[in-house]
Amino acid sequence: MTLAVEFSQISRHYDAVRAVDNVSLAIADGEFFSMLGPSGSGKTTCLRLIAGFEQPSAGSLRIHGQEAAGVPPYLRDVNTVFQDYALFPHMSVLDNVAYGLMVKGVAKSTRLARAEQMLAMVKLADYGMRKPAALSGGQRQRVALARALINQPRVLLLDEPLGALDLKLREAMQSELKALQKQLGITFIYVTHDQGEALSMSDRVAVFNKGRIEQVDSPQQLYTQPRTAFVADFVGGANVLPAALAETLTGRAQACAIRPEQIYFLSEHGAGLQLPGQVLDIQYHGAVSRFEVEVAGGQRLAVAVPNGQTLAQYRPEPGSAVRLAWAPEAMVWLSEQG
Amino acid sequence: MRSDTASGMQPAAPLWLRGLAWGGLLFLHFPLVVVCLYAFNTEASAFSFPLQGFTLHWFEAALAREDVLQAIWLSLKVASGATLLALLLGGLAAAALYRRNFLGRDAITVMLSLPIALPGIVTGIALLSTFKLAEVDPNFWTILIGHATFCMVVVYNNVIARFRRMPYSLVEASMDLGADSLQTFRHVVLPQIATALLAGGVLAFALSFDEIIVTTFTAGHEKTLPIWLLNQLGRPRDVPITNVVAMLVMLLTMGPILLAWKLTQGTEAVAGSGK
Amino acid sequence: MASASLTLTPPTHLARWRVQLSTLLYRRSTLTLFLLLAPPLLWFGVIYLGSLLALLAQAFYTFDDFTMAVSPELTLDNFRAIADPSNPLFGANIDIVLRTLGMASAVTLASALLAFPIAYYMARYVHGRWKGVWYIAVMLPMWASYIVKAYSWTVILAKGGIVYWLIGALGLNGVLEAILALPVIGGSSLSTSNLGRFLVFTYIWLPFMILPTQAALERVPPSLLQASSDLGATPAQTFRTVLLPLAFPGVVAGSIFTFSLTLGDYIIPTLVGPSGYFIGNMVYTMQGSIGNIPMAAAFTVVPIVIITVYLALAKRLGAFDAL
Repeated sequence: MTLAVEFSQISRHYDAVRAVDNVSLAIADGEFFSMLGPSGSGKTTCLRLIAGFEQPSAGSLRIHGQEAAGVPPYLRDVNTVFQDYALFPHMSVLDNVAYGLMVKGVAKSTRLARAEQMLAMVKLADYGMRKPAALSGGQRQRVALARALINQPRVLLLDEPLGALDLKLREAMQSELKALQKQLGITFIYVTHDQGEALSMSDRVAVFNKGRIEQVDSPQQLYTQPRTAFVADFVGGANVLPAALAETLTGRAQACAIRPEQIYFLSEHGAGLQLPGQVLDIQYHGAVSRFEVEVAGGQRLAVAVPNGQTLAQYRPEPGSAVRLAWAPEAMVWLSEQG
Repeated sequence: MRSDTASGMQPAAPLWLRGLAWGGLLFLHFPLVVVCLYAFNTEASAFSFPLQGFTLHWFEAALAREDVLQAIWLSLKVASGATLLALLLGGLAAAALYRRNFLGRDAITVMLSLPIALPGIVTGIALLSTFKLAEVDPNFWTILIGHATFCMVVVYNNVIARFRRMPYSLVEASMDLGADSLQTFRHVVLPQIATALLAGGVLAFALSFDEIIVTTFTAGHEKTLPIWLLNQLGRPRDVPITNVVAMLVMLLTMGPILLAWKLTQGTEAVAGSGK
Repeated sequence: MASASLTLTPPTHLARWRVQLSTLLYRRSTLTLFLLLAPPLLWFGVIYLGSLLALLAQAFYTFDDFTMAVSPELTLDNFRAIADPSNPLFGANIDIVLRTLGMASAVTLASALLAFPIAYYMARYVHGRWKGVWYIAVMLPMWASYIVKAYSWTVILAKGGIVYWLIGALGLNGVLEAILALPVIGGSSLSTSNLGRFLVFTYIWLPFMILPTQAALERVPPSLLQASSDLGATPAQTFRTVLLPLAFPGVVAGSIFTFSLTLGDYIIPTLVGPSGYFIGNMVYTMQGSIGNIPMAAAFTVVPIVIITVYLALAKRLGAFDAL
């Protein structure tokens, strides 16, 4: 396996702020890799370090095995789709797409022909003569993609490219992007704060928090085996039981995560792990209803119950006292850190 | 869309407000109209009203005057030179300051606002006393230096405002696509700031062409057009010539201003649509 | 890969040199900053700031009244003549300062009062294409030649000129005489009275007040006004409690111009109004016919100090965000 991008103990500080704090990371060639985290977690800074818009304060960054420190963006075999698309407003769509070839000195007829091909690839063949301002958000996004791909980079960086689109368009673009990545066979590095987006498209996901990486894993591993409380909560919204509570239940003094859908209500005493509590609130979410339950020590747990099951299920009213239960295997033990 | 519906719901302005607004506008334009009227007046040495009669004779007379032509020529030379210098220095300063943070940046920003914030007499006498210390007699170049200093501020303000509206991601996108710094400047930055440079230049030209306070200190015996006009005010015999030149000067400064306004207008709409 | 099929023009020496230069500038961002800043800073630092500092230094030099010569012996005499009440020149000098300050304040106040309805009308009642027309209609008089505008007023106010004709036609001669007989604002004729001078100053700087005020009013989102009336405020209450406070920084921003420009002007006082110097005239006379640069320099410190104080106040009132 060759590495597309390799971070070795990279830090990026702005005065006192540690935007990226001692991050090590290896992204394989041809991988669809996502950087997931809340805003300010350092994911975008990592992307900008790869693009060359920022330089690391410490550590070493390698792109395809070559040290990247001090190499300006225009000498890197990496292209970017910007969050605001950054289309040049004074150029036509076609000139925007052909820009990368123009600055390389490719002859005009050749580069315009290539740009036409790229536009056809993103299904905008007839839009070349328009100005970017005359396009819709989704169309601009495609132009940005075509423009970034015309140089045939081996790594494509995408900075929340779907953030400005509405839900339906976003979902359609997710599958298109995934298909495109498969077809081109190049590395996609995708920054997003939307865990659903990261999980549905990526081969692997790195979860960022406060400038550090909490966990790098496949989407399934992240969801079922979160290693830290932050990942458990941020990816899929699991309940996190503090070590003290876990100890009273199991004797093991270590924090653990339990998914809301793995907890159920007991109408009377039964087997398994049990916890008394009181229902505070019920939210209807369509496919499931989410019950918020307060248990001993003020800890609140979320319980997800599917709606519309034919099998009648016990559904307590708000305010009623309940007993929660779950299988011991449902508890995922979390590492101390985080 | 919103403002349209808002305007649809907006009741008409109360009469007193409309009266005050239109009255104010009338007040602003009245002296300009007077200047134009008197330029065609037949009366030779006073300002009596109603006007005495209509003539185009004074235009001919004014354009035959050597001192008028010399003053116009000097003002044009000074304004052109000051504008070119201002474009270069103001553009560089804007490019250096708009995105970087460094020690002393705020001090430089304040310093660049001084020639506008401080009264013209301060700039004028400061330059004059320095020229005296350096034993330089006031001449064309001393006028130019004074004008370039405040013109530069005008260009700087215009260009930095445009820079601030330009998303920096455009520059990053250009470099990302393989353009080096100089290519990025030529293909992306320059087209973005071109109209701001032009508008700043036009404003600087108009400002220089019209400037009188600083110029009275730095001109020595040279007479720019405004100084020529100022000197004329004590000469009742020349009233008709003065009237004609006054109107021409006024029209000459208005043209560039309209142009500058048009230049910044269109791009603001474009920049606004990007957001 | 397909890129091999693309016809690249072979990199010329020039192109390679350019990339190398770019990369150097990219890596040495401090060098880039220095190259960009050096020319304007040299110009500004040496010519402008240098001159200002040299001027301030000369305010401490000695001027010999008999030989009319300046000698670099440091003294505070020039400042004493302005600031020390026991100095024999203090009375005349402080009169000049107060006269200028009084006019600058009066002009600022009048401009604010005149400008507000115009700005308000422009911001709230003019829409679409008309907005541009009004904007130009205010901007053109602002940029029309200063000296021509001043000249035009000497024509308008002249005896036998338009204003006198109009007053005569309306039969208001008695009223004009009564006004001109008033102390302070009056005088022997309109063009030699403080009233006339005040009128000209207000006219010339009025657009500098209208535009920032209008911009500030324009920035008040209509939803705020709707919210206010939705909560039960009468139009007058909305105006007083929402619109006025939000527009005030714009008025203060405009006042910086009207105040500073009046304070430093010395052309209009020589053209219109009674005798008696403004700060600007004093500076001009001191350096010119008398050659007393130290005294002129000391006098320029007065507007610098006043404007610094004014700017500090304006900054506190949020005027700089409204510019």
